[in-house]
Amino acid sequence: MKIRQVSVFLENKTGHLNQVLAVLARNKININALTVADSSDYGLLRMLVSNPMQAVEVLKAEHFTVRIHEVLSLEMDAEPGSMSHILDLFTAADICIEYVYAFSFGSKSILIIRPNDCDKAIEVVNLNNLKSISEHDLSI
Amino acid sequence: MIWNKKIECISRLEMRALQGEKLKELVNHVYNNVTFYRNRMDEMGVKPADIQSIDDIVKLPFTYKTDLRDHYPFGLFAVPMKEIVRVHASSGTTGKPTTVGYTIKDIENWREVLARCLAMAGISSDDIMQVSYGYGLFTGGLGVHYGAETVGCSVIPISGGNTRRQLQLMADFGSTILACTPSYALHLADALAENGYTLADMKLKIGIFGAEPWTENMRLELEKKWGIKAFDIYGLSEIMGPGVANDCEYHAGLHVHEDHFYPEIVDPITKKPLNVGEEGELVFTTLTKEGIPLLRYNTRDLSTLNYEKCSCGRTSVRMKKITGRSDDMLIIRGVNLFPSQIEHVLLEMGETSAHYMLYVDKVNNLDTLELQVELDEAKMVDTIRDLQNLSKKIEHALNSALGLSVKVTLVEPKTIARSEGKAVRVIDKRKLA
Repeated sequence: MKIRQVSVFLENKTGHLNQVLAVLARNKININALTVADSSDYGLLRMLVSNPMQAVEVLKAEHFTVRIHEVLSLEMDAEPGSMSHILDLFTAADICIEYVYAFSFGSKSILIIRPNDCDKAIEVVNLNNLKSISEHDLSI
Repeated sequence: MIWNKKIECISRLEMRALQGEKLKELVNHVYNNVTFYRNRMDEMGVKPADIQSIDDIVKLPFTYKTDLRDHYPFGLFAVPMKEIVRVHASSGTTGKPTTVGYTIKDIENWREVLARCLAMAGISSDDIMQVSYGYGLFTGGLGVHYGAETVGCSVIPISGGNTRRQLQLMADFGSTILACTPSYALHLADALAENGYTLADMKLKIGIFGAEPWTENMRLELEKKWGIKAFDIYGLSEIMGPGVANDCEYHAGLHVHEDHFYPEIVDPITKKPLNVGEEGELVFTTLTKEGIPLLRYNTRDLSTLNYEKCSCGRTSVRMKKITGRSDDMLIIRGVNLFPSQIEHVLLEMGETSAHYMLYVDKVNNLDTLELQVELDEAKMVDTIRDLQNLSKKIEHALNSALGLSVKVTLVEPKTIARSEGKAVRVIDKRKLA
């Protein structure tokens, strides 16, 4: 349910994102999901990759500011309203979401959530029997 | 008008005799009342009796800004606090400010020298003076204020900032004199139109500008933009505040009030006195100061001295307009800033690495500061909000420590150039045009 996300601090420079991707490519690390949050001066690259520890290692070696953060990964039904239903439960429990992204993995729809209170969010997941997905399932 | 003809037009010989007498008294005063100077003089084997004329000043020790910091806050005061009626402070080289104290007599002398400066610029009791220097710990506002009252001006103590209100009161009150930093005066001029004013709405005729280095070209530009006569007032809090020197209508150097502040020019490296006309560090001895008298205080400002009689009739020595310094001190909107102060704040916070680069620029005639600082890998977070909070926290700490607003930009670790020798920490894009 908790899954390791690789976060990279990136200044707004042309070609900078691709430098990260090139490092991962050279090291045969696969990216399952990727999202960038941007501000006027810099961005935060968030990725789910096939080998988070190795990704951190190789990126650090290339002087990138990188860290592992834990996020929640849930599996959604591929039908309208399934994501809304999950967020309703979180709202009811007064859990705030810092950021969220979703992607397809094979036939599955995956929702990645970074709640402000991870333990409380896990309680909600367990209480409502929400389907979660592990790093292993994502072959990370 | 010459405020104090007797002193300002005294013969060179009489001035030197007067300075000699005052120096003797001063040296006795500091030797007996300031442990720091007694120790320094004892180490150098100099006794008050060795000082018989102004020529003997070269036997005395120098004073540096670090000496004031080392004796923070009141260690160099020469009188008990009971006799101090005012304290001012400016930023020091690290976290601690440089503190100065004034006795009643010091305040009176300050009024006197300022009255001379203002009269030199043609200001009188017919004038309404808008004092837009900051009031408070900074000497600019209160210093000029007292001098303006002494010559009998109607003083508007508006202090700095709030451009719209500055222009409104200038128009409504009919201010004839504006006292502020030259860059703020330019900013105000450029803000006239957008605030719905033209020069016809203003009665301004004279500007008393100082607290930062500015050039002759900038003076001409200010005179043109405002339709006024612009004068350069020089001073620093360690010596007194504004009013140490001022230029007259001939703008041929600033007349130093040398019966109170004795100037010397020394070599920046060897600290040996230089010949007349040679450029070096400007050094002042506060001949009459009681609260915090300083012997041979090195301002680190670069200048030359000219002892020839001025066309205005004054015989006082003139210092060349300051355009540079021998250290890395920056003057931002009239506030002194040492790069080391920034380092100090960053190290104290411990939130980022201490590697930084400061970009100084001028936007709409106002100095701007941008600090690029390297994000510490250990503080790497996964939300933009946390990163922004971090930069805001640094901005807040810098603002309260420096009294200046700084835009903080986080950059990636190890991207700021490391230097093997003296690190380049500041890029000053302002042009002294």
